[in-house]
Amino acid sequence: MHPAPSVIIFTTFSGLGFGLLFWLGVGALVPTGLSAFIWFAIAYIFAVGGLLASTFHLGHPERAVKAFSQWKTSWLSREGICAVATLIIMALYGAGLVFAGARIGIFGWLGAAGAIATVFTTSMIYAQLKTVPRWKHWTTPALFLVLSLGGGALLGGQVIEALILLLIASSLQFYAWVTGDTRLAQSGTDMASATGLGHIGKVRAFEPPHTGTNYLMREFIHVVGRKHAQQLRIIGLGLAFALPLLFLLLPFNHIFAALAVLSHVAGVLTLRWLFFAEAEHVVGLYYGKR
Amino acid sequence: MTQLPPPSAKKLGLVIDLDTCVGCHACVISCKGWNTENYGAPLSDQDPYGAAPSGTFLNRVHSYEVQPDQGAAQLIHFPKSCLHCEDAPCVTVCPTGASYKRAEDGIVLVNESDCIGCGLCAWACPYGAREMDAKEGVMKKCTLCVDRIYNENLPEEDREPACVRTCPSGARHFGDLGDPDSDVSQLVAERGGFDLMPEQGTKPVNKYLPPRPKDQEPEIDILAPYLEPVAEDGKGFAHWLDKALSSLPGGAQ
Repeated sequence: MHPAPSVIIFTTFSGLGFGLLFWLGVGALVPTGLSAFIWFAIAYIFAVGGLLASTFHLGHPERAVKAFSQWKTSWLSREGICAVATLIIMALYGAGLVFAGARIGIFGWLGAAGAIATVFTTSMIYAQLKTVPRWKHWTTPALFLVLSLGGGALLGGQVIEALILLLIASSLQFYAWVTGDTRLAQSGTDMASATGLGHIGKVRAFEPPHTGTNYLMREFIHVVGRKHAQQLRIIGLGLAFALPLLFLLLPFNHIFAALAVLSHVAGVLTLRWLFFAEAEHVVGLYYGKR
Repeated sequence: MTQLPPPSAKKLGLVIDLDTCVGCHACVISCKGWNTENYGAPLSDQDPYGAAPSGTFLNRVHSYEVQPDQGAAQLIHFPKSCLHCEDAPCVTVCPTGASYKRAEDGIVLVNESDCIGCGLCAWACPYGAREMDAKEGVMKKCTLCVDRIYNENLPEEDREPACVRTCPSGARHFGDLGDPDSDVSQLVAERGGFDLMPEQGTKPVNKYLPPRPKDQEPEIDILAPYLEPVAEDGKGFAHWLDKALSSLPGGAQ
Protein backbone atom coordinates (compact mmCIF):
# COMPACT_ATOMS: atom_id res chain seq x y z
CA MET A 1 0.00 0.00 0.00
CA HIS A 2 1.09 3.54 -0.70
CA PRO A 3 2.29 5.08 2.59
CA ALA A 4 0.47 8.42 2.27
CA PRO A 5 1.95 10.99 4.69
CA SER A 6 -1.50 12.37 5.54
CA VAL A 7 -2.70 8.98 6.79
CA ILE A 8 0.52 8.21 8.66
CA ILE A 9 0.39 11.58 10.41
CA PHE A 10 -3.31 11.16 11.11
CA THR A 11 -3.10 7.70 12.70
CA THR A 12 0.02 8.53 14.71
CA PHE A 13 -0.98 11.87 16.16
CA SER A 14 -4.68 11.31 16.63
CA GLY A 15 -3.76 7.98 18.26
CA LEU A 16 -1.53 9.84 20.72
CA GLY A 17 -4.12 12.57 21.28
CA PHE A 18 -6.96 10.16 21.99
CA GLY A 19 -4.59 8.12 24.17
CA LEU A 20 -3.92 11.21 26.29
CA LEU A 21 -7.64 12.02 26.38
CA PHE A 22 -8.23 8.51 27.74
CA TRP A 23 -5.87 9.05 30.69
CA LEU A 24 -7.33 12.50 31.32
CA GLY A 25 -10.82 11.03 31.16
CA VAL A 26 -10.26 8.19 33.62
CA GLY A 27 -8.74 10.68 36.04
CA ALA A 28 -5.19 9.32 36.04
CA LEU A 29 -4.19 12.94 36.03
CA VAL A 30 -6.63 15.59 37.21
CA PRO A 31 -5.19 18.99 36.35
CA THR A 32 -7.25 22.10 37.04
CA GLY A 33 -7.26 25.69 35.81
CA LEU A 34 -4.46 26.76 33.48
CA SER A 35 -2.61 23.47 33.77
CA ALA A 36 -5.81 21.64 32.71
CA PHE A 37 -6.10 24.03 29.76
CA ILE A 38 -2.56 23.18 28.65
CA TRP A 39 -3.09 19.41 29.01
CA PHE A 40 -6.33 19.50 27.05
CA ALA A 41 -4.79 21.82 24.43
CA ILE A 42 -1.99 19.30 23.85
CA ALA A 43 -4.46 16.41 23.53
CA TYR A 44 -6.73 18.37 21.20
CA ILE A 45 -3.87 19.60 19.00
CA PHE A 46 -2.78 16.00 18.48
CA ALA A 47 -6.25 14.50 18.07
CA VAL A 48 -7.79 17.27 15.95
CA GLY A 49 -4.58 17.94 14.03
CA GLY A 50 -4.42 14.28 13.10
CA LEU A 51 -8.05 14.25 12.03
CA LEU A 52 -7.51 17.35 9.90
CA ALA A 53 -4.44 15.76 8.27
CA SER A 54 -6.60 12.82 7.29
CA THR A 55 -8.85 15.09 5.26
CA PHE A 56 -5.90 16.17 3.09
CA HIS A 57 -6.00 12.96 1.11
CA LEU A 58 -9.71 13.31 0.35
CA GLY A 59 -10.69 14.21 -3.19
CA HIS A 60 -13.57 16.32 -1.86
CA PRO A 61 -12.97 17.33 1.78
CA GLU A 62 -15.82 19.86 1.54
CA ARG A 63 -18.26 16.95 1.51
CA ALA A 64 -16.71 15.30 4.59
CA VAL A 65 -19.85 15.87 6.67
CA LYS A 66 -21.63 13.23 4.56
CA ALA A 67 -19.22 10.66 6.02
CA PHE A 68 -21.18 10.57 9.30
CA SER A 69 -24.17 8.93 7.67
CA GLN A 70 -23.24 5.29 7.02
CA TRP A 71 -22.40 4.05 10.53
CA LYS A 72 -24.45 0.90 9.99
CA THR A 73 -21.85 -0.64 7.68
CA SER A 74 -18.80 1.62 7.40
CA TRP A 75 -15.96 1.66 9.93
CA LEU A 76 -14.79 4.96 8.47
CA SER A 77 -18.17 6.49 9.19
CA ARG A 78 -18.19 5.02 12.72
CA GLU A 79 -14.74 6.44 13.31
CA GLY A 80 -15.89 9.91 12.34
CA ILE A 81 -18.86 9.73 14.69
CA CYS A 82 -16.80 8.34 17.60
CA ALA A 83 -14.13 11.00 17.11
CA VAL A 84 -16.52 13.93 17.08
CA ALA A 85 -18.60 12.57 19.99
CA THR A 86 -15.47 11.99 22.08
CA LEU A 87 -14.10 15.45 21.33
CA ILE A 88 -17.41 17.08 22.34
CA ILE A 89 -17.75 15.07 25.57
CA MET A 90 -14.11 15.65 26.53
CA ALA A 91 -14.50 19.38 25.80
CA LEU A 92 -17.31 19.48 28.39
CA TYR A 93 -15.17 17.46 30.82
CA GLY A 94 -12.18 19.73 30.17
CA ALA A 95 -14.31 22.86 30.61
CA GLY A 96 -15.30 21.61 34.06
CA LEU A 97 -11.66 21.19 35.04
CA VAL A 98 -10.43 24.45 33.50
CA PHE A 99 -13.20 26.81 34.60
CA ALA A 100 -14.72 25.21 37.71
CA GLY A 101 -11.82 23.08 38.90
CA ALA A 102 -14.35 20.25 39.13
CA ARG A 103 -14.07 16.78 37.66
CA ILE A 104 -17.37 15.71 36.12
CA GLY A 105 -16.77 11.96 36.38
CA ILE A 106 -19.50 10.81 34.03
CA PHE A 107 -18.10 12.92 31.15
CA GLY A 108 -14.58 11.70 31.93
CA TRP A 109 -15.51 8.03 31.80
CA LEU A 110 -17.70 8.49 28.73
CA GLY A 111 -14.91 10.41 27.00
CA ALA A 112 -12.34 7.74 27.90
CA ALA A 113 -14.59 5.04 26.45
CA GLY A 114 -15.08 7.24 23.38
CA ALA A 115 -11.31 7.65 22.95
CA ILE A 116 -10.88 3.87 22.96
CA ALA A 117 -13.79 3.48 20.54
CA THR A 118 -12.26 6.07 18.21
CA VAL A 119 -8.90 4.32 18.06
CA PHE A 120 -10.60 0.93 17.69
CA THR A 121 -12.79 2.11 14.80
CA THR A 122 -9.73 3.64 13.11
CA SER A 123 -7.92 0.32 13.33
CA MET A 124 -10.92 -1.57 11.99
CA ILE A 125 -10.81 0.49 8.78
CA TYR A 126 -7.63 -1.45 8.06
CA ALA A 127 -8.35 -4.71 9.88
CA GLN A 128 -11.62 -5.24 7.99
CA LEU A 129 -9.91 -5.41 4.58
CA LYS A 130 -9.80 -8.94 3.27
CA THR A 131 -7.87 -7.55 0.32
CA VAL A 132 -4.86 -6.83 2.56
CA PRO A 133 -4.22 -10.12 4.37
CA ARG A 134 -1.44 -8.60 6.51
CA TRP A 135 -3.94 -6.22 8.11
CA LYS A 136 -6.89 -8.57 8.47
CA HIS A 137 -5.87 -9.89 11.88
CA TRP A 138 -6.60 -9.17 15.56
CA THR A 139 -3.10 -7.74 15.99
CA THR A 140 -4.09 -4.66 13.96
CA PRO A 141 -6.69 -3.28 16.42
CA ALA A 142 -4.67 -4.61 19.38
CA LEU A 143 -1.56 -2.72 18.28
CA PHE A 144 -3.40 0.48 17.46
CA LEU A 145 -5.05 0.43 20.90
CA VAL A 146 -1.95 -0.44 22.92
CA LEU A 147 0.18 2.09 21.02
CA SER A 148 -2.42 4.79 21.54
CA LEU A 149 -2.86 4.10 25.25
CA GLY A 150 0.90 3.62 25.77
CA GLY A 151 1.75 6.81 23.88
CA GLY A 152 -0.98 8.67 25.78
CA ALA A 153 0.41 7.43 29.10
CA LEU A 154 3.91 8.50 28.08
CA LEU A 155 2.60 11.92 27.04
CA GLY A 156 0.60 12.22 30.26
CA GLY A 157 3.53 11.23 32.47
CA GLN A 158 1.96 7.96 33.65
CA VAL A 159 5.29 6.18 34.03
CA ILE A 160 4.21 2.71 35.24
CA GLU A 161 1.33 2.47 32.76
CA ALA A 162 3.59 3.67 29.94
CA LEU A 163 6.26 1.12 30.85
CA ILE A 164 3.81 -1.79 30.84
CA LEU A 165 1.95 -0.71 27.71
CA LEU A 166 5.08 0.00 25.68
CA LEU A 167 6.47 -3.42 26.62
CA ILE A 168 3.22 -5.07 25.51
CA ALA A 169 3.19 -2.98 22.33
CA SER A 170 6.72 -3.99 21.38
CA SER A 171 5.96 -7.70 21.73
CA LEU A 172 2.67 -7.28 19.87
CA GLN A 173 4.48 -5.44 17.08
CA PHE A 174 7.04 -8.21 16.85
CA TYR A 175 4.31 -10.85 16.76
CA ALA A 176 2.39 -8.90 14.11
CA TRP A 177 5.48 -8.83 11.89
CA VAL A 178 6.36 -12.49 12.32
CA THR A 179 2.82 -13.70 11.58
CA GLY A 180 2.07 -10.97 9.04
CA ASP A 181 5.00 -11.84 6.78
CA THR A 182 3.35 -15.10 5.69
CA ARG A 183 -0.29 -14.07 5.80
CA LEU A 184 -0.62 -13.23 2.08
CA ALA A 185 0.80 -16.63 1.16
CA GLN A 186 -1.60 -18.29 3.61
CA SER A 187 -4.63 -16.31 2.45
CA GLY A 188 -5.19 -18.63 -0.52
CA THR A 189 -5.24 -15.69 -2.93
CA ASP A 190 -2.53 -15.95 -5.55
CA MET A 191 -2.15 -15.42 -9.29
CA ALA A 192 -3.86 -18.74 -9.95
CA SER A 193 -7.03 -17.76 -8.07
CA ALA A 194 -6.86 -14.16 -9.33
CA THR A 195 -6.89 -15.24 -12.97
CA GLY A 196 -8.64 -18.62 -12.59
CA LEU A 197 -6.02 -20.00 -14.99
CA GLY A 198 -4.07 -22.08 -12.48
CA HIS A 199 -5.60 -25.33 -13.73
CA ILE A 200 -3.74 -24.94 -17.02
CA GLY A 201 -0.31 -24.25 -15.62
CA LYS A 202 1.89 -21.67 -14.01
CA VAL A 203 0.59 -18.13 -14.51
CA ARG A 204 2.99 -15.28 -15.25
CA ALA A 205 2.09 -11.66 -15.97
CA PHE A 206 3.17 -11.26 -19.57
CA GLU A 207 2.04 -7.78 -20.47
CA PRO A 208 0.42 -5.13 -18.25
CA PRO A 209 -2.65 -3.28 -19.54
CA HIS A 210 -0.71 -0.09 -20.15
CA THR A 211 2.91 0.81 -20.68
CA GLY A 212 2.72 3.46 -17.97
CA THR A 213 1.59 3.38 -14.39
CA ASN A 214 -1.93 3.93 -13.07
CA TYR A 215 -3.92 4.71 -9.93
CA LEU A 216 -4.04 1.07 -8.87
CA MET A 217 -0.30 0.59 -9.14
CA ARG A 218 0.46 3.87 -7.35
CA GLU A 219 -2.00 3.15 -4.55
CA PHE A 220 -1.58 -0.57 -3.97
CA ILE A 221 1.84 -1.68 -5.15
CA HIS A 222 4.67 -0.18 -3.14
CA VAL A 223 7.66 -2.40 -3.71
CA VAL A 224 10.46 0.15 -3.50
CA GLY A 225 10.05 1.03 0.17
CA ARG A 226 10.16 -2.59 1.30
CA LYS A 227 13.83 -2.83 0.42
CA HIS A 228 14.94 -1.43 3.76
CA ALA A 229 12.10 -2.93 5.78
CA GLN A 230 14.34 -4.94 8.11
CA GLN A 231 16.50 -1.96 9.08
CA LEU A 232 13.41 0.21 9.50
CA ARG A 233 11.82 -2.39 11.75
CA ILE A 234 14.82 -2.27 14.06
CA ILE A 235 14.92 1.55 13.97
CA GLY A 236 11.16 1.65 14.65
CA LEU A 237 11.41 -0.71 17.61
CA GLY A 238 14.38 1.21 19.00
CA LEU A 239 12.77 4.64 18.71
CA ALA A 240 9.21 3.71 19.65
CA PHE A 241 9.98 1.39 22.57
CA ALA A 242 13.60 0.80 23.59
CA LEU A 243 14.71 4.43 23.95
CA PRO A 244 11.53 5.67 25.71
CA LEU A 245 11.72 2.70 28.09
CA LEU A 246 15.32 3.59 28.86
CA PHE A 247 14.42 7.23 29.50
CA LEU A 248 11.53 6.15 31.74
CA LEU A 249 13.79 3.93 33.84
CA LEU A 250 16.30 6.73 34.38
CA PRO A 251 15.65 9.06 37.33
CA PHE A 252 12.81 11.42 36.38
CA ASN A 253 13.81 14.58 34.62
CA HIS A 254 11.74 16.79 32.27
CA ILE A 255 14.35 16.63 29.51
CA PHE A 256 14.38 12.82 29.62
CA ALA A 257 10.58 12.81 29.55
CA ALA A 258 10.52 15.10 26.49
CA LEU A 259 13.14 12.96 24.76
CA ALA A 260 11.12 9.83 25.52
CA VAL A 261 8.03 11.37 23.92
CA LEU A 262 9.96 12.65 20.88
CA SER A 263 11.65 9.32 20.35
CA HIS A 264 8.35 7.47 20.74
CA VAL A 265 6.59 9.71 18.20
CA ALA A 266 9.42 9.29 15.68
CA GLY A 267 9.30 5.54 16.26
CA VAL A 268 5.53 5.27 15.82
CA LEU A 269 5.78 7.32 12.61
CA THR A 270 8.34 4.78 11.35
CA LEU A 271 6.17 1.84 12.39
CA ARG A 272 3.12 3.39 10.72
CA TRP A 273 5.09 4.00 7.55
CA LEU A 274 6.02 0.31 7.57
CA PHE A 275 2.41 -0.65 8.35
CA PHE A 276 1.41 0.80 5.00
CA ALA A 277 4.55 0.21 2.92
CA GLU A 278 4.77 -3.47 3.86
CA ALA A 279 1.09 -4.24 3.36
CA GLU A 280 0.42 -6.22 0.20
CA HIS A 281 -2.91 -5.67 -1.56
CA VAL A 282 -4.13 -8.66 -3.58
CA VAL A 283 -4.75 -6.48 -6.65
CA GLY A 284 -0.97 -6.45 -7.13
CA LEU A 285 -1.26 -10.10 -8.17
CA TYR A 286 -2.96 -9.03 -11.41
CA TYR A 287 0.24 -7.14 -12.18
CA GLY A 288 2.46 -10.04 -11.14
CA LYS A 289 3.58 -8.02 -8.14
CA ARG A 290 2.93 -7.96 -4.47
CA MET B 1 -27.41 3.49 1.63
CA THR B 2 -24.30 1.35 1.81
CA GLN B 3 -26.17 -1.59 3.27
CA LEU B 4 -26.36 -4.19 0.54
CA PRO B 5 -29.88 -4.86 -0.71
CA PRO B 6 -31.18 -8.44 -0.50
CA PRO B 7 -29.91 -10.40 -3.50
CA SER B 8 -31.85 -9.26 -6.55
CA ALA B 9 -33.57 -11.77 -8.85
CA LYS B 10 -32.10 -9.93 -11.80
CA LYS B 11 -28.30 -9.90 -11.85
CA LEU B 12 -27.02 -8.03 -14.86
CA GLY B 13 -23.41 -8.71 -15.72
CA LEU B 14 -20.83 -9.75 -18.25
CA VAL B 15 -19.47 -13.09 -19.35
CA ILE B 16 -15.96 -12.80 -20.74
CA ASP B 17 -14.60 -15.55 -22.94
CA LEU B 18 -10.87 -15.95 -22.39
CA ASP B 19 -10.75 -18.43 -25.27
CA THR B 20 -11.95 -15.88 -27.78
CA CYS B 21 -10.42 -12.62 -26.56
CA VAL B 22 -7.65 -11.56 -28.92
CA GLY B 23 -6.34 -8.76 -26.70
CA CYS B 24 -7.09 -5.92 -29.12
CA HIS B 25 -8.12 -3.48 -26.33
CA ALA B 26 -11.09 -2.24 -28.39
CA CYS B 27 -13.31 -2.69 -25.31
CA VAL B 28 -10.92 -0.47 -23.32
CA ILE B 29 -11.17 2.30 -25.89
CA SER B 30 -14.93 2.10 -26.42
CA CYS B 31 -15.45 2.05 -22.63
CA LYS B 32 -13.30 5.11 -22.15
CA GLY B 33 -15.01 6.82 -25.09
CA TRP B 34 -18.56 6.23 -23.90
CA ASN B 35 -17.92 6.87 -20.25
CA THR B 36 -15.86 10.00 -20.69
CA GLU B 37 -18.54 11.60 -22.87
CA ASN B 38 -21.66 10.61 -20.99
CA TYR B 39 -22.64 9.86 -17.38
CA GLY B 40 -20.69 11.54 -14.59
CA ALA B 41 -17.23 13.06 -14.44
CA PRO B 42 -15.05 12.46 -17.52
CA LEU B 43 -12.24 9.92 -17.31
CA SER B 44 -9.23 12.21 -17.19
CA ASP B 45 -5.71 11.60 -18.45
CA GLN B 46 -2.58 13.07 -16.95
CA ASP B 47 0.34 13.90 -19.23
CA PRO B 48 -1.39 12.08 -22.10
CA TYR B 49 1.15 13.05 -24.78
CA GLY B 50 4.14 13.36 -22.46
CA ALA B 51 6.78 11.02 -21.13
CA ALA B 52 4.72 9.46 -18.34
CA PRO B 53 1.08 9.20 -19.45
CA SER B 54 -1.48 7.89 -16.99
CA GLY B 55 -5.24 7.97 -16.86
CA THR B 56 -8.50 6.62 -15.50
CA PHE B 57 -9.88 3.47 -17.10
CA LEU B 58 -12.88 1.37 -16.08
CA ASN B 59 -11.72 -1.63 -18.05
CA ARG B 60 -8.17 -2.85 -18.56
CA VAL B 61 -6.83 -5.81 -20.51
CA HIS B 62 -3.98 -7.79 -18.97
CA SER B 63 -2.10 -10.54 -20.80
CA TYR B 64 -0.86 -13.64 -19.01
CA GLU B 65 1.50 -16.39 -20.06
CA VAL B 66 0.42 -19.78 -18.72
CA GLN B 67 2.99 -22.54 -18.85
CA PRO B 68 1.51 -26.06 -18.59
CA ASP B 69 3.64 -28.90 -17.22
CA GLN B 70 4.01 -30.19 -20.75
CA GLY B 71 3.65 -28.48 -24.07
CA ALA B 72 3.85 -24.93 -25.23
CA ALA B 73 3.03 -21.88 -23.12
CA GLN B 74 -0.31 -20.17 -23.81
CA LEU B 75 -0.88 -16.46 -24.01
CA ILE B 76 -4.22 -15.44 -22.52
CA HIS B 77 -5.66 -11.96 -22.82
CA PHE B 78 -7.63 -11.00 -19.78
CA PRO B 79 -10.04 -8.05 -19.75
CA LYS B 80 -10.92 -6.93 -16.25
CA SER B 81 -13.60 -4.51 -15.08
CA CYS B 82 -16.08 -4.33 -12.19
CA LEU B 83 -17.64 -7.74 -11.49
CA HIS B 84 -20.76 -6.23 -9.84
CA CYS B 85 -20.33 -8.58 -6.87
CA GLU B 86 -23.33 -9.76 -4.89
CA ASP B 87 -21.41 -9.23 -1.63
CA ALA B 88 -19.68 -6.10 -2.81
CA PRO B 89 -17.12 -5.09 -0.12
CA CYS B 90 -16.63 -1.73 -1.86
CA VAL B 91 -20.22 -0.74 -1.08
CA THR B 92 -20.33 -1.47 2.64
CA VAL B 93 -17.08 0.39 3.45
CA CYS B 94 -18.29 3.66 1.89
CA PRO B 95 -18.74 6.26 4.66
CA THR B 96 -21.06 8.56 2.72
CA GLY B 97 -23.49 6.26 0.96
CA ALA B 98 -22.10 7.31 -2.43
CA SER B 99 -21.45 3.67 -3.33
CA TYR B 100 -24.50 1.52 -3.73
CA LYS B 101 -25.77 -1.67 -5.29
CA ARG B 102 -29.04 -1.37 -7.14
CA ALA B 103 -31.82 -3.52 -5.71
CA GLU B 104 -33.53 -3.96 -9.08
CA ASP B 105 -30.66 -5.32 -11.21
CA GLY B 106 -27.59 -5.60 -8.99
CA ILE B 107 -25.48 -2.96 -10.76
CA VAL B 108 -22.90 -1.37 -8.44
CA LEU B 109 -22.71 2.39 -8.91
CA VAL B 110 -21.18 5.53 -7.38
CA ASN B 111 -23.19 8.67 -6.81
CA GLU B 112 -20.38 11.06 -7.63
CA SER B 113 -21.94 14.08 -5.96
CA ASP B 114 -21.78 12.23 -2.60
CA CYS B 115 -18.25 10.82 -3.06
CA ILE B 116 -15.60 12.41 -0.84
CA GLY B 117 -12.78 10.64 -2.67
CA CYS B 118 -11.44 8.79 0.38
CA GLY B 119 -10.47 5.80 -1.74
CA LEU B 120 -11.52 3.19 0.81
CA CYS B 121 -13.80 1.40 -1.70
CA ALA B 122 -10.84 0.91 -4.02
CA TRP B 123 -8.90 -0.54 -1.06
CA ALA B 124 -11.75 -2.96 -0.36
CA CYS B 125 -12.02 -4.19 -3.97
CA PRO B 126 -9.75 -7.17 -4.66
CA TYR B 127 -10.04 -6.76 -8.43
CA GLY B 128 -8.80 -3.22 -8.96
CA ALA B 129 -12.14 -2.31 -10.48
CA ARG B 130 -12.32 1.17 -8.99
CA GLU B 131 -10.04 4.03 -9.88
CA MET B 132 -9.92 7.48 -8.35
CA ASP B 133 -9.98 10.11 -11.05
CA ALA B 134 -6.93 12.29 -10.49
CA LYS B 135 -8.62 15.42 -11.82
CA GLU B 136 -12.13 15.12 -10.39
CA GLY B 137 -11.15 13.51 -7.06
CA VAL B 138 -14.06 11.08 -7.21
CA MET B 139 -14.17 7.33 -7.59
CA LYS B 140 -14.90 6.01 -11.06
CA LYS B 141 -16.04 2.52 -11.90
CA CYS B 142 -17.83 0.45 -14.53
CA THR B 143 -21.54 1.31 -14.61
CA LEU B 144 -22.35 -1.62 -16.88
CA CYS B 145 -23.28 1.27 -19.19
CA VAL B 146 -26.46 1.83 -17.22
CA ASP B 147 -27.02 4.86 -19.47
CA ARG B 148 -27.07 2.62 -22.57
CA ILE B 149 -28.79 -0.59 -21.54
CA TYR B 150 -32.08 1.09 -20.56
CA ASN B 151 -31.78 3.97 -23.02
CA GLU B 152 -34.75 4.03 -25.32
CA ASN B 153 -33.21 6.79 -27.41
CA LEU B 154 -30.69 4.28 -28.71
CA PRO B 155 -31.50 1.69 -31.35
CA GLU B 156 -32.16 -1.65 -29.71
CA GLU B 157 -28.91 -3.26 -30.85
CA ASP B 158 -26.97 -0.54 -29.03
CA ARG B 159 -28.68 -1.17 -25.67
CA GLU B 160 -25.78 -3.15 -24.28
CA PRO B 161 -22.51 -2.06 -22.65
CA ALA B 162 -20.11 -0.27 -25.00
CA CYS B 163 -17.41 -2.91 -24.46
CA VAL B 164 -19.77 -5.71 -25.50
CA ARG B 165 -21.10 -3.76 -28.47
CA THR B 166 -17.62 -3.08 -29.78
CA CYS B 167 -15.85 -6.42 -29.19
CA PRO B 168 -14.83 -7.63 -32.66
CA SER B 169 -14.22 -11.23 -31.58
CA GLY B 170 -17.45 -11.82 -29.67
CA ALA B 171 -15.55 -12.43 -26.43
CA ARG B 172 -17.90 -10.35 -24.29
CA HIS B 173 -21.49 -11.22 -23.49
CA PHE B 174 -24.04 -9.21 -21.55
CA GLY B 175 -27.17 -10.50 -19.87
CA ASP B 176 -29.06 -11.53 -16.75
CA LEU B 177 -27.00 -14.01 -14.78
CA GLY B 178 -29.78 -14.34 -12.22
CA ASP B 179 -31.99 -16.08 -14.82
CA PRO B 180 -30.75 -19.66 -15.31
CA ASP B 181 -32.38 -19.79 -18.76
CA SER B 182 -30.70 -16.67 -20.12
CA ASP B 183 -28.14 -16.99 -22.91
CA VAL B 184 -25.32 -15.89 -20.64
CA SER B 185 -26.26 -18.33 -17.86
CA GLN B 186 -26.41 -21.18 -20.34
CA LEU B 187 -23.05 -20.18 -21.75
CA VAL B 188 -21.58 -20.21 -18.25
CA ALA B 189 -23.07 -23.63 -17.52
CA GLU B 190 -21.90 -25.06 -20.83
CA ARG B 191 -18.36 -23.74 -20.74
CA GLY B 192 -17.65 -24.00 -17.01
CA GLY B 193 -17.60 -20.27 -16.29
CA PHE B 194 -15.73 -19.34 -13.10
CA ASP B 195 -15.37 -16.56 -10.52
CA LEU B 196 -12.19 -14.55 -9.96
CA MET B 197 -10.74 -14.92 -6.45
CA PRO B 198 -13.69 -16.95 -5.12
CA GLU B 199 -11.92 -17.18 -1.74
CA GLN B 200 -12.46 -13.45 -1.23
CA GLY B 201 -16.16 -14.22 -0.76
CA THR B 202 -17.37 -11.37 -2.97
CA LYS B 203 -19.68 -13.58 -5.11
CA PRO B 204 -18.98 -11.84 -8.41
CA VAL B 205 -21.83 -11.68 -10.91
CA ASN B 206 -19.48 -11.45 -13.92
CA LYS B 207 -18.10 -14.79 -15.01
CA TYR B 208 -15.05 -15.80 -17.01
CA LEU B 209 -15.01 -18.66 -19.51
CA PRO B 210 -11.77 -20.65 -19.46
CA PRO B 211 -9.66 -21.11 -22.57
CA ARG B 212 -10.64 -24.33 -24.34
CA PRO B 213 -8.07 -27.11 -23.94
CA LYS B 214 -5.50 -27.15 -26.70
CA ASP B 215 -5.61 -30.34 -28.74
CA GLN B 216 -2.35 -32.15 -29.41
CA GLU B 217 -1.93 -32.90 -33.10
CA PRO B 218 0.28 -35.86 -33.88
CA GLU B 219 3.23 -34.65 -35.88
CA ILE B 220 2.39 -35.40 -39.49
CA ASP B 221 4.72 -34.18 -42.20
CA ILE B 222 3.76 -35.54 -45.56
CA LEU B 223 6.83 -34.10 -47.22
CA ALA B 224 9.28 -35.67 -44.82
CA PRO B 225 9.82 -38.91 -46.77
CA TYR B 226 10.69 -36.87 -49.86
CA LEU B 227 13.14 -34.78 -47.98
CA GLU B 228 15.29 -37.53 -46.50
CA PRO B 229 18.46 -35.65 -46.02
CA VAL B 230 22.04 -35.93 -46.71
CA ALA B 231 23.73 -38.55 -48.78
CA GLU B 232 24.93 -41.42 -46.62
CA ASP B 233 27.77 -42.11 -49.02
CA GLY B 234 29.64 -38.91 -48.62
CA LYS B 235 32.91 -38.15 -50.22
CA GLY B 236 35.90 -35.94 -49.78
CA PHE B 237 36.95 -33.73 -46.88
CA ALA B 238 33.47 -33.38 -45.32
CA HIS B 239 33.09 -37.18 -45.25
CA TRP B 240 36.48 -37.64 -43.65
CA LEU B 241 35.72 -34.91 -41.08
CA ASP B 242 32.35 -36.52 -40.25
CA LYS B 243 34.01 -39.89 -39.69
CA ALA B 244 36.89 -38.44 -37.74
CA LEU B 245 34.66 -36.45 -35.37
CA SER B 246 32.26 -39.39 -34.90
CA SER B 247 35.11 -41.66 -33.90
CA LEU B 248 36.31 -39.30 -31.20
CA PRO B 249 35.11 -40.07 -27.66
CA GLY B 250 31.60 -38.55 -27.27
CA GLY B 251 31.27 -37.93 -31.00
CA ALA B 252 27.78 -38.07 -32.62
CA GLN B 253 27.21 -41.15 -34.77
